[in-house]
Amino acid sequence: MSAESHRELSVHVRVRYPGFELDFAHDFHLAGVTALFGPSGAGKSTILRILAGLESGAAGRVEFDGETWLDSDAGQAVPAHRRGVGFVFQDARLFSHLDVRGNLRFAFRRAQQGGNGTGFDDVVNALDLGPLLSRGTGALSGGERQRVAIGRALLTRPRLLLLDEPLAAMDAARKGEILPYIEGLPDEFGIPAIYVSHSVDEVARLADRMVVMAAGQVAAAGDAVEVLERPDLQHLTGHFEAGAVIDARVTGHDRDFRLTAVEFCGQPILMPMIDLPLGEVIRLRIRARDVALATRRPDAVSTRNVIEGVITRIVEEHETAFAEVFVDAGGELLRARITRKAAADLRLTSGAKVFALVKSVSFDRRALTRNRTR
Amino acid sequence: MPDLGPLWLTLQLAAVTTAILLILGTPLAWWLAFTRSRIKPAMEAVTALPLVLPPTVLGFYLLVILSPTSPIGAFWVRVTGDSLTFSFAGLVVASIFYSLPFAVQPMQNAFETVGRGPLEAAATLRATPVDAFFTVLSPLCRRGYLTAAVLAFAHTIGEFGVVLMVGGNIPGETRVISIAIYEQVETLNYREAHVLSLALLLFCFAVLLVVYGINRRGATRVG
Repeated sequence: MSAESHRELSVHVRVRYPGFELDFAHDFHLAGVTALFGPSGAGKSTILRILAGLESGAAGRVEFDGETWLDSDAGQAVPAHRRGVGFVFQDARLFSHLDVRGNLRFAFRRAQQGGNGTGFDDVVNALDLGPLLSRGTGALSGGERQRVAIGRALLTRPRLLLLDEPLAAMDAARKGEILPYIEGLPDEFGIPAIYVSHSVDEVARLADRMVVMAAGQVAAAGDAVEVLERPDLQHLTGHFEAGAVIDARVTGHDRDFRLTAVEFCGQPILMPMIDLPLGEVIRLRIRARDVALATRRPDAVSTRNVIEGVITRIVEEHETAFAEVFVDAGGELLRARITRKAAADLRLTSGAKVFALVKSVSFDRRALTRNRTR
Repeated sequence: MPDLGPLWLTLQLAAVTTAILLILGTPLAWWLAFTRSRIKPAMEAVTALPLVLPPTVLGFYLLVILSPTSPIGAFWVRVTGDSLTFSFAGLVVASIFYSLPFAVQPMQNAFETVGRGPLEAAATLRATPVDAFFTVLSPLCRRGYLTAAVLAFAHTIGEFGVVLMVGGNIPGETRVISIAIYEQVETLNYREAHVLSLALLLFCFAVLLVVYGINRRGATRVG
């Protein structure tokens, strides 16, 4: 990640419409993708529109890298076209009187000189827009429209990219088609992005940080995975499965069994083979429901990964059958989701020594590319 | 051969009126399309008044307002040395009011159909509002403009009552085609009345054909 992509964005705004109230205060430390997450009607899109200068009814202050974009007390507001913000709308909003090339050139011609040096061909190539250039906008699929819209926004050489649920109108297959494009953009072009979404899957996949909104206010903010895993936010983040994110080092490959051995806190983990050199540090995610606990080292189970640790905390979910057990595996925490009855039968308590049986490990490719470029 | 002077005068009047209406009507249509003001219904009603008002009523008020004894009429006489009533200039002013809804409503509809969306998109692409108006909104509203121009032009050509009230019947100055037809009929000169009437009928039919043709083509083009 390049240093130029770090931006400070301070937002303290209030909006009052009949039946809708928004009181948003947050200092964004923008780098990579920041998700603005929350249920429909939480005010996410309104915040994004305020940032872009498209919403006239906002009171308060918005500052971007020391530049005042909005100061309603002083009656000051930088108009949208002078903020240098790229905006990708949910409905793409391509200009229907221009073809794809015309839409892209519209943005490119108006981009300030000496911006971040984004070239026309760079954007066309990054988003595979070449074959679409001479097509009319009416002949594009939903995914293609959004790719063009993203390319058009990038060509304005924005200092900040705002994406307002760009995948909301698409089915799962189309989303899968376009996600890989969005994934790499902030790094590739060195432009921080704020991505509005109410989809946990999108946020988990794209975002480095996230801000959770509920009823017009900030409910939580922080590292995306950490926030998604917070048990007290489950009513907002919903079905995201709790788990642990750990860093591990590749120590060996078993080509016959197609396995890769990694080391995590001095203990070995076997996982399906990944083609990486020895010594590479990778980021793994172990879901809480994929971890079982035993009080003695089991010797006849199919699970190959048994990690020794000490229980640090047990969180019982009283209205359900389950409890979440946090296990210190020698510096890093694992999480196990077991039944409360199992916890009682095994007499699990804080400080007790346990063996965590890890059934499966998933591997975060994105973390990998980050570690490599670092 | 009938005197074609009235036809020529009518086309001149319609052309000038249409040009002025497209220029003056644009900001009004824009305002009506995008305002959130509470007086919007009142402004819409005023704009639509010429649609329902009997031309004689509109013509009567214009005659009062434009006459040299009124402040506006007197000002015009001071500046140009000419009267607004019973003159071509007065006819243009009257026609602007008379045909106003025919120009403003298609433009307003077009602006509303296109909506704020493309303008907001243009703003985030660093286009100033003026830039966005000419490079985004106007091309997208091309059909609305064309409809407005054709309707305003055709409606001005068919004007009778207002002209009679404000302009009278001065050859080469205010004798437009509908007045000429009326006079031919009054003097029982049916042959001349037939020629002028048929010309007007064919012209109006052709105009409507063009408008509906444009609308149909546009509808099939939207994909």
